[in-house]
Amino acid sequence: MQVPAPFDYRRAHSLDEAVALLERHGPDARLLAGGHSLLPMMKLRLARPETLVDINDLTELDYVRLDGDEIAIGALTRHATVLASALLAEHYPIFAEAEAVIADPLVRNRGTVGGSLCQADPAEDLSGVFAALRGRAVVHSSAENRSVALREFHRGPYETAVGDGEILVELRVPVRPGAGSAYEKVERRAGDWAVAAAGAFVQLRDGVVADVGIGLSAVGADHFTCPEAEDALRGQEPTAARIAEAAAICRDRCEPTADQRGPVDFKRHLAEVLVTRALTRASRRAGGAEA
Amino acid sequence: MQVRITVNGAETGAEVEPRLLLVHYLRNVVGLTGTHWGCDTSNCGACTVWLDGVPVKSCTTLAAQADGHAVRTVEDLDAGGELDPLQRGFMEEHGLQCGFCTPGMLMTLRALLDSDPDPDETTIREAISGNLCRCTGYENIVRAARWAAAHAAAGGAEQPTPPTGGAEQEVTA
Ligand SMILES: Cc1cc2nc3c(=O)[nH]c(=O)nc-3n(C[C@H](O)[C@H](O)[C@H](O)COP(=O)(O)OP(=O)(O)OC[C@H]3O[C@@H](n4cnc5c(N)ncnc54)[C@H](O)[C@@H]3O)c2cc1C
Ligand code: FES
Ligand code: FES
Repeated sequence: MQVPAPFDYRRAHSLDEAVALLERHGPDARLLAGGHSLLPMMKLRLARPETLVDINDLTELDYVRLDGDEIAIGALTRHATVLASALLAEHYPIFAEAEAVIADPLVRNRGTVGGSLCQADPAEDLSGVFAALRGRAVVHSSAENRSVALREFHRGPYETAVGDGEILVELRVPVRPGAGSAYEKVERRAGDWAVAAAGAFVQLRDGVVADVGIGLSAVGADHFTCPEAEDALRGQEPTAARIAEAAAICRDRCEPTADQRGPVDFKRHLAEVLVTRALTRASRRAGGAEA
Repeated sequence: MQVRITVNGAETGAEVEPRLLLVHYLRNVVGLTGTHWGCDTSNCGACTVWLDGVPVKSCTTLAAQADGHAVRTVEDLDAGGELDPLQRGFMEEHGLQCGFCTPGMLMTLRALLDSDPDPDETTIREAISGNLCRCTGYENIVRAARWAAAHAAAGGAEQPTPPTGGAEQEVTA
């Protein structure tokens, strides 16, 4: 039987209370959102927080909404809500395509967007999605609300820009009129983490790529992205040859590690193929050829 | 800490350690062993119960998190004294063999049918993708869910044929 080491349980009823509890209990306190990364780690004793601050009552952090020219997603929004969001489906199909292959429906009923990003697992799908979309994270403390670019959010495996006494409260993504987006993932079986995954958005102007974002998961890409590949495509027509060129750059720049999900060359190959597919579909959607 | 959890409509409560998992609270404290405890790693779904109407894995939920909330377990499915159409579907379509995955399957599929009374096969398979069955190959579970969808309107009038004696006939048939 897997049982976590003993800890104190505190339930926060407001954001202020959650921050106060984090401040009072110091670095040995951890937030508990969906618990679907933290509790398994605690059961394996890979994590041993002394205090858990449960934020599941902070329903004010559970939303997907249009806010000016950005889409705002509350940190406590469950995967299932993101998957079902009509607003996200309208602007960014990449979300539903990624969510449909994150874990399974039961895990998606509990796991949250904020928990996913803060877990910062190198194979986390939403990290790749937000990196592709060049989103921003809003991090709250008793002193301030600061905004961190998603591409600077991850400090390494399982490490983020969220410091002691801070809470990730919101993710923001700019609305890009006419943009197309897509997500591609290869997993060993339904519900499993990615062997490799790639996401992309493409914005066209006069048939030329005006802007593009690429996200990569599980292949050791720096900050879950590959700016060199984006630069190669920007200003070009999204032809098969140009897309292949960008995908090859991703293949060469990523740094996958061999594990039970596959050897390095296989993951590089997947990165290339999945970036090709994601860019191709995103471009078609941007062109209006595909819904 | 003291927790108070509504389980199948009844108030329950106990002094527990914060680290007690909901699955163990249900089985060992409340004594409802219908909820199965399987992989213990959030993968198999045998431990699926409803938390405030939403199916979740109770091996990955603290009893403390359910404090003040409502839990529904497989024991509640025949609460009216009659089997849920889904349970009857599992009997009619041989939806279980060893039965270990069944409580989780039932709780996941009941939630599906409540939101989508006539799901197609793909929808059913997607819904149970977090519930593993090592015996049936899922075919009969999908049929059982379809049976329940087809017989929901009947309001649970006729009871299924009891499985007595049928097993032997099936083998020789
Ligand atoms: C069987 C299984 C399969 C899975 N498969 C996938 C998959 O294919 N792809 C994928 O991307 N993920 C997968 N996951 C992970 C899943 O998406 C989790 O829900 C997610 O990683 C963590 O979200 P959570 O809300 O459960 O976070 P928790 O476990 O509650 O927290 C995770 C970490 O983040 C911290 N944290 C949580 N919220 C905040 C916040 N607002 N501010 C600051 N820190 C915070 C916690 O303190 C903790 O350190 C899987 C999980 C399981 C159990
Ligand atoms: S025992 Fe909970 S998912 Fe297997
Ligand atoms: S009937 Fe045996 S595991 Fe499903």
